[in-house]
Amino acid sequence: MTEPGRLAVRKTYKLYIGGAFPRSESGRSYAVTSSKGDFLANAAKASRKDARDAVVAARKAFPGWSGATAYNRGQILYRIAEMLEGRRAQFAAEVADADGVSVKRAGELVDAAVDRLVWYAGWSDKIGAVRGAANPVAGPYFNLSTPEPTGVVAVVAPPMGPLLGLVSVVAPVIVTGNTCVVVCSERAPLPAITLAEVLATSDLPGGVVNLLTGRAAELAPWLASHMDVNAIDLTGCDEELAVACEKDAAGNLKRVLRPPAGKIDWLADPGVDRMTAFLETKTVWHPIGV
Amino acid sequence: MSDIFEYAPAPESRDVVDIRPSYGLFVNGEWIDSLGDERHKTLNPATEEALAEFSYATPADVDRAVDAARKAYDSVWGRMPGRERAKYLFRIARIVQERARELAVLESLDNGKPIRESRDVDLPLVAAHFFYYAGWADKLRHAGLGEDPRPLGVAAQIIPWNFPLLMLAWKIAPALACGNTVVLKPAETTPLTALAFAEICRQADLPPGVVNIVTGAGETGQALAGHEGVDKVAFTGSTEVGRLIARSVAGTRKKLTLELGGKAANIVFDDAALDQAVEGIVNGIFFNQGHVCCAGSRLLVQESVEDELLAALKRRLATLRLGDPLDKNTDIGAVNSAAQLDRIRELSDAGEAEGAQRWSPPCALPDKGFWFPPTLFTGVAQSHRIAREEIFGPVLSVLTFRTPAEAVEKANNTPYGLSAGVWTEKGSRILWMADRLRAGVVWANTFNKFDPTSPFGGYKESGYGREGGRHGLEAYLDV
Repeated sequence: MTEPGRLAVRKTYKLYIGGAFPRSESGRSYAVTSSKGDFLANAAKASRKDARDAVVAARKAFPGWSGATAYNRGQILYRIAEMLEGRRAQFAAEVADADGVSVKRAGELVDAAVDRLVWYAGWSDKIGAVRGAANPVAGPYFNLSTPEPTGVVAVVAPPMGPLLGLVSVVAPVIVTGNTCVVVCSERAPLPAITLAEVLATSDLPGGVVNLLTGRAAELAPWLASHMDVNAIDLTGCDEELAVACEKDAAGNLKRVLRPPAGKIDWLADPGVDRMTAFLETKTVWHPIGV
Repeated sequence: MSDIFEYAPAPESRDVVDIRPSYGLFVNGEWIDSLGDERHKTLNPATEEALAEFSYATPADVDRAVDAARKAYDSVWGRMPGRERAKYLFRIARIVQERARELAVLESLDNGKPIRESRDVDLPLVAAHFFYYAGWADKLRHAGLGEDPRPLGVAAQIIPWNFPLLMLAWKIAPALACGNTVVLKPAETTPLTALAFAEICRQADLPPGVVNIVTGAGETGQALAGHEGVDKVAFTGSTEVGRLIARSVAGTRKKLTLELGGKAANIVFDDAALDQAVEGIVNGIFFNQGHVCCAGSRLLVQESVEDELLAALKRRLATLRLGDPLDKNTDIGAVNSAAQLDRIRELSDAGEAEGAQRWSPPCALPDKGFWFPPTLFTGVAQSHRIAREEIFGPVLSVLTFRTPAEAVEKANNTPYGLSAGVWTEKGSRILWMADRLRAGVVWANTFNKFDPTSPFGGYKESGYGREGGRHGLEAYLDV
């Protein structure tokens, strides 16, 4: 990419916490290589403290984000898609490096990620109608069930699919009003941090999505046992790590989304399961009378 | 309890119930003896009289029950058309109605709850749950949970002692409607109505193995929840045990739903209809002796009406009648067990020791049995154990607040999130509060209402999953 006689200005990849881009408080980093083994960059290696800071940021962002109108959240998800589309070439290059696919194929994966965001954007103001209910109780009561976000969700993003996979696990969590702390693909974290730049410029309030790069096996157990995390998505964990995290998650009865049994096809229709896994149902009763 | 006038006793007859001296396990449609020899007696908590002897099922017994359930699932129930399953459930609902009086008496004898409640609340709801889920059996693809929802297989179900038959209905009705077979373990202090339900399954000609009942305590429950042959675990009980079950299920592919403890806030604003609120508070915490996971055990009252509300509440508490659960005039029955009574006493003593003021109406307790008077604590701080821990007894902690924001803050200041109550005449405030309360059920200007069509379940450490309504199907389907 470098032109003759000009040295490229390389990007410094950092964490994304509370809408800011800090380095890891631990001062650690790790070398990220392409699928061919070439050095790409040094990514921040997040620590337990970074994970805790990210949970604090996510908790702080929760009332505002969950209290925003569904219309507003949908618009912001669509805005993320717009910003992602605008940086298509950069993402295609990063995905090609990470996955060892052609730039053309990488472009298709970026397109799919954009489309996925648009798809989820449209769910924000429909999930309530699909998952809620007016319950015909046998008595003079108004009785209404509505879905609500669970709270702060920890997400272990899949190691494969550094962009499409990541978008496919983050969008369903936030579209319903949850906030999240994401452990990005350890193998290929660079598209995630570039996605953070998209998130930071897309009207998404700081703290709604927090992205950590580093070792999943090191970070996930802290998130699984964190008493202020309400749910955990273990999609990106290998079996051993998933079992350990699920056990830890019992500590405060976190909602757990287990890794699927087989390989995931991120290009397939995602269905609503990833949204409903992180919803509670609230039922309100009120007497009817004059 | 009242000095003004006394009611003549109006006891319900025990003759409508036939209790066998001894019970086995109900497996594959038959009564079988446990392979172990541990047997215990279940007591009438109001008199400490032994009612019947029953088995503590061993892991080998649980194997037999799970095998029977698997066989019934594979050969009959899992492949039966929904419209046929529906008819079995309708049959069960009808038999429950026909035998409602007998079951209500049996429930009051074994549990200690007033007959007024077992007759007017538990039994009608039990029948209603079977009727409701019967109708879903042949309509599952219309439930909005996917085009081809499939049953999970064998469900392990563990239920508590506070609503023995109602919890059985909450568990068994949706499981069977969705095409699963079940092995259910009732609580060790209240096995009798579950064993009576086994007879109802026989009267309904339910295929053998579709419903299996294994009695026992924690070890039987562990063997059941941890059994490799079950596909689903459903538990209602304490948060502590729920955590253990969640850990034990980790790493398996079993689907898990948990309905756990609560420490609900019942929030009364200064503009509330106070007399109605008093009734709601009484119903919220003294219904079923406070043995209710969603009980309104923390009263949050707006400071400006605290004196007025407490005076009215105390007046009302003085009219509650405590005593023989089979007396139709009884409001407050017996605490279910000596162990539970100890826990209630321990926490109440901690309340006093930590500086809260204790009050009970003048109330004579029977000499025999397990009893605790309706009790109020005022001057309660959020740090007190009685404001944080689930007491599961007739003990109300009173706290105050000044602003709606403070009420929300205090109400949500608990690891639990099962239910909440709001009392105000202002509609916009009800909706504002309902939005902000982190609880699965919000009762506004009412409390402790249940219905099979209405989802029930908690946020946070009150567990996961919902029972009741369309949402309750999801726990028993592969969607």
